[in-house]
Amino acid sequence: MSDVLTAPKPRRNSELMLLILALAAGIGAQFIVAMGAELPLDNGFVMTNGIFAGLALAIHVVLRIRAKYADPLILPIATALNGIGLAMIARIDLTMPEAQHAAGSQAILTAVAMVAAGVVIWLLKDHRMLRRFTYISLVASAVLLLLPLTPIGVPINGARIWINVGIGTFQPGEIAKITLAIFFAGYLSTNRDLILLAGKKIGPLQLPRFQDLAPMIAAWLVSIGVLVFQRDLGTSILFFGLFMAMIYVATGRISWILIGLAMIAVGGFIAMQLFSHVALRIDSWVNAFDPEVYDRVPGGSGQVVQGLFGLASGGLVGTGLGEGRPGLVTYANSDMIIASLGEELGLIGLFAIVLLYVLLISRGFRAALGTKDGFGKLLATGLSFTIALQCFVVIGGVTRLIPLTGLTTPFMSAGGSALLANWIIVALLLSISETARRPAVTGPIPSTDEQPKVLTQQQTSSRRRPADGEVGHA
Amino acid sequence: MSDLTLTLLRYGFLILLWILVISIVSALRRDLMIGQRTRTGARPARQGSPSTTPQRKSARELVVTEGPLKGTTIELANSPILLGRAQEATLVLDDDYASGRHARLFPQGSRWFIEDLGSTNGTFVSGSQLTRALPVEPGTPIRIGKTVIELRP
Repeated sequence: MSDVLTAPKPRRNSELMLLILALAAGIGAQFIVAMGAELPLDNGFVMTNGIFAGLALAIHVVLRIRAKYADPLILPIATALNGIGLAMIARIDLTMPEAQHAAGSQAILTAVAMVAAGVVIWLLKDHRMLRRFTYISLVASAVLLLLPLTPIGVPINGARIWINVGIGTFQPGEIAKITLAIFFAGYLSTNRDLILLAGKKIGPLQLPRFQDLAPMIAAWLVSIGVLVFQRDLGTSILFFGLFMAMIYVATGRISWILIGLAMIAVGGFIAMQLFSHVALRIDSWVNAFDPEVYDRVPGGSGQVVQGLFGLASGGLVGTGLGEGRPGLVTYANSDMIIASLGEELGLIGLFAIVLLYVLLISRGFRAALGTKDGFGKLLATGLSFTIALQCFVVIGGVTRLIPLTGLTTPFMSAGGSALLANWIIVALLLSISETARRPAVTGPIPSTDEQPKVLTQQQTSSRRRPADGEVGHA
Repeated sequence: MSDLTLTLLRYGFLILLWILVISIVSALRRDLMIGQRTRTGARPARQGSPSTTPQRKSARELVVTEGPLKGTTIELANSPILLGRAQEATLVLDDDYASGRHARLFPQGSRWFIEDLGSTNGTFVSGSQLTRALPVEPGTPIRIGKTVIELRP
């Protein structure tokens, strides 16, 4: 029923309006930061923001040319989030020594990521062609996840998830979440019926046959196994969540969620017993305000609690951009950027940002609902769900709802690989939403108002019936 | 720059953020409104054609007119009907060209609507492939793979 409600209109003009508003927010934040610190508005400022605005408008133009009916809200939201993130990183740079400045590289990486998004939209006329790469994606995911364990991998803070690419470090796991989503979508959309119907039934639980699930389990073992060796809890949760969400959406069986939650409970318990860093994380979550736990050197709760102090001092309206002291928190510009934003923009500002995420995710799910093919539905759901889960894990961790795990805040954290991955996700969602919203061509239709009448005419029937070669087995 | 201007700018930024959120939400709302206008716009056009209006009697049964299950009749209650190969379907189609959960018939108001559930080979109403939920009048043939069904009053 959902597709009855959206009129097939390009709506690129409202996208332009919202994009200008989003750019005003992003560049306005940069401007306030520069004013507050009494920095000169030099060429660097103008160039950075000019390139940022130019690229956002360039993606808009690409959409006008290549994907006229794409969702008009996704691009402005992503641009606004990225712009605010850039401003916050620039603001935190003011409190850091020169060597740790991140704003410059973040601006360059934003430009790279936005160009990549534009290229993906330009080349990917139809997202269904990604289905051909189902198994290549599985291999690519495995390679990407194994790369940090090879000699080019660089361990940072005990986690082996980075590789050295000459000009800097790169986190291949971020790209792997896209390739894994493509694999799950391709595999599940082809084999959904087999997984659903074949196999034994034990009580209310329909168990799938082993051979139907084997590639899925292999993919899952690869991601989880590698991540255990790389000691990165956040990404491990992300991949497992992606796996559960997609298999649930594909089959619609609540039993999968129950199995998944049981597996998380068992896995979490085993991880707590086996890995000291996981146990420390849990302990510093439960007893965060204990002075002993707070001061403990590896795995203390100082970071989270300082973030909470920051949020508290921000209050309802915040201290104002550039007025707080977010630099006191370690990783203030990456893992803890939400705490920094909450301190300076207050609850009111933080809620606006959370709402932007909610809207972005809902537009992704909307694209999934609207598109006709199972592969597109699953891919859009999986990609939106990764953003949703990342937001939940990060914001939940910072606000001490759940233990803090090192995941990046989409579009905001300092870190180029995450930005690149998120902009490619945006490009894919835009391309899927284009197929979802584009009016279906069903013979000669004078206007949308008369579509129901035309459908009852016999003359269009012969044109719409697919040729024998097109009909595949379901 | 003076402290006052800066403070005003900072509050202004919060307001700008919320203006952005609210305009995105209202764009979203407009998206839905436009859809509703086309729907209501379509209704008078249909009521205007005399051929369909007298036919609108509520359907009572579903009859399979072609295919392996030919002759099967299902009484229509007030609940939706799932068509497909899946075991939980109301009408389980033994048809290689049908998907597991192929299509859904559901009542709304006094009429029945058919909706394709993302099937591989599509659902055809009077020979046209379904792209969205459409009302079905009694007597209109609906083809799913080799099976053709019809609503009867």
